[in-house]
Amino acid sequence: MSRITLSNLAHSYLPQPKSDADFALKEMDHVWDDGGAYALLGASGCGKTTLLNIISGLVRPSQGRVLFGDRDVTDAETTERNIAQVFQFPVVYDTMTVRQNLAFPLRNRGMDPAYIARRIEQIAAMIGMEAMLDKKARGLTADAKQKISLGRGMVREDVNAILFDEPLTVIDPHMKWELRTQLKSLHREFGHTMIYVTHDQTEALTFADKVVVMHEGRVVQMGTPEELFETPAHTFVGYFIGSPGMNLFDAEVSGAEARLGGVSVPLGAVYGPTSGRTQIGIRPEYVTLSDQGLPVTVKRVEDVGRHRILRAELGGQPLNAILGEGMAIPADPRVTFAPARVNVYANDWRIAPQAAGRGA
Amino acid sequence: MDKTQNNKAWFLVLPVLVLVAFSAVLPLMTVVNYAFNDTFGNNEFFWAGLEWFEDMVTSDRLHDALGRQILFSAIILTIQVPLGIFIALNMPKKGFWASLVLILMALPLLIPFNVVGTIWQIFGRVDIGLLGHTLAALGIDYNYTNDPIDAWITVVVMDVWHWTSLVALLCYAGLQSIPQAYYQAAKIDQATRWSVFRYIELPKMKGVLLIAVLLRFMDSFMIYTEPFVVTGGGPGNSTTFLSIDLAKMATGQFDLGPAAAFSLMYFCVILLISWVFYTVMTNLDREENR
Repeated sequence: MSRITLSNLAHSYLPQPKSDADFALKEMDHVWDDGGAYALLGASGCGKTTLLNIISGLVRPSQGRVLFGDRDVTDAETTERNIAQVFQFPVVYDTMTVRQNLAFPLRNRGMDPAYIARRIEQIAAMIGMEAMLDKKARGLTADAKQKISLGRGMVREDVNAILFDEPLTVIDPHMKWELRTQLKSLHREFGHTMIYVTHDQTEALTFADKVVVMHEGRVVQMGTPEELFETPAHTFVGYFIGSPGMNLFDAEVSGAEARLGGVSVPLGAVYGPTSGRTQIGIRPEYVTLSDQGLPVTVKRVEDVGRHRILRAELGGQPLNAILGEGMAIPADPRVTFAPARVNVYANDWRIAPQAAGRGA
Repeated sequence: MDKTQNNKAWFLVLPVLVLVAFSAVLPLMTVVNYAFNDTFGNNEFFWAGLEWFEDMVTSDRLHDALGRQILFSAIILTIQVPLGIFIALNMPKKGFWASLVLILMALPLLIPFNVVGTIWQIFGRVDIGLLGHTLAALGIDYNYTNDPIDAWITVVVMDVWHWTSLVALLCYAGLQSIPQAYYQAAKIDQATRWSVFRYIELPKMKGVLLIAVLLRFMDSFMIYTEPFVVTGGGPGNSTTFLSIDLAKMATGQFDLGPAAAFSLMYFCVILLISWVFYTVMTNLDREENR
């Protein structure tokens, strides 16, 4: 087990990348702590799998270095890295039984047969396949096969890290929850570094201590679920995390005040002058419907069970707000924003306030 | 609920039956006719019963040809199947080189059988052939017209040259259908090259390999043109395989009765061995599914 350092790393699938757009992964410097549970979150095609394959050595980065602890493994083969990876679609060795499948990584390392037998029993119990151990793997259902893949990923105890590439895509929802819990407890028990790729925010937020959000080949934010929720570093994080995502409005910001189409909105802090496209972002959870503040046009109200979502328009831009139970909509609906919860973005990146303002 | 029985549907098969009757069944029946009768021409037939079959079953000539035939097919299969797999494993998977290699591999398959024979007949000649002359120049005593061993080597090498591509291409198709994730998973699991072949590539190739083995067996078991052009079945009878012997008997000596009895048995043997191959290999498959 070791810390994973990505130094100056970038990757392009083209032999001679010219512009920034040719890179599947833009230059990045990151350290993944030993024993951390990370979720790599992002839309399809944002470079999550590429990053994972670079860590496991299936893809050699076009630039930069990968370090396990202090050892440079950039040129090391996957086999040398001693890393486990579970893929999106099940990979089982058809001609082997379930038991042989699970034992395969251990056999390849020349482990003691008695140890292998013991370990297989543990893993089988973990994935709930004790009864099927002597069945051929090929006739099984897709989710049974994926459980075997997961089991093979977890069977080695001495791996540097376990990487999961959207492993629960083919698993049915009930089993999904159970396996995720298993992974979580496995992490607590053995302390492997785990990196879990997903595009499902619930999955990411429940699994990980730290969530890494990727957007267009870039890591836009690495932080705890709270940090992602309260202070998204990029408008993409604001939009991608949360349901519905963060509201964003074009605004002019000066000092502790934003002007939104002629109306003033107080901010929680003082901001310096901004350049480029300036936006303010507010989570729907922090938008309050009342009879004073900014006038909005209500489009509809959706009942999603625990609460209701107000879909409205503010100065021609869409606005979502979470409504409390049984709250009536006033005749002249207006909204206010909690000043401390408003974030300011210039060209999609969050800008840090200079000093605490009135509302803080 | 009772199923509706409509036997009129059988009429739909009729056109095919008629066609097959004229193209295969009727000619085969004339062979059957010859096999059980004796004739001196003039469309006069005398019933011979199983006489021709008895003759053929006890004939040393047929036994020898059968022995040579089995030996030939066995050699061909043991060389071509592993070699074909080996070539397929080493062929480039994509890009310009993949296309080029595919074309090169397909070329021998496109050459008519008698042309293949002619090519090797000339290629191996000691006086003007590139191969024969070079070997002679190197001091190797090689002459396929005199030496039975040399004749065998020539015929086997020619068949390997002509047909290994077929096995290789079929295996290549099987290999191409393996998703990249399998190789990646094998790397993650720290599998050796042999394990990758044994547990990933071979199982995926099994289906096409069955077809390749069947095709190569049937084709090599009824090989005629190429050895006939190169050696004419000689020297002596050393490369006289079953179909060459059969042709000699039927059109060379006009022994139509024995030849007909011979071809019927030949036909049954091929059918039988192919059936055994197929049954064994599909049964292996079924057992694995259990």
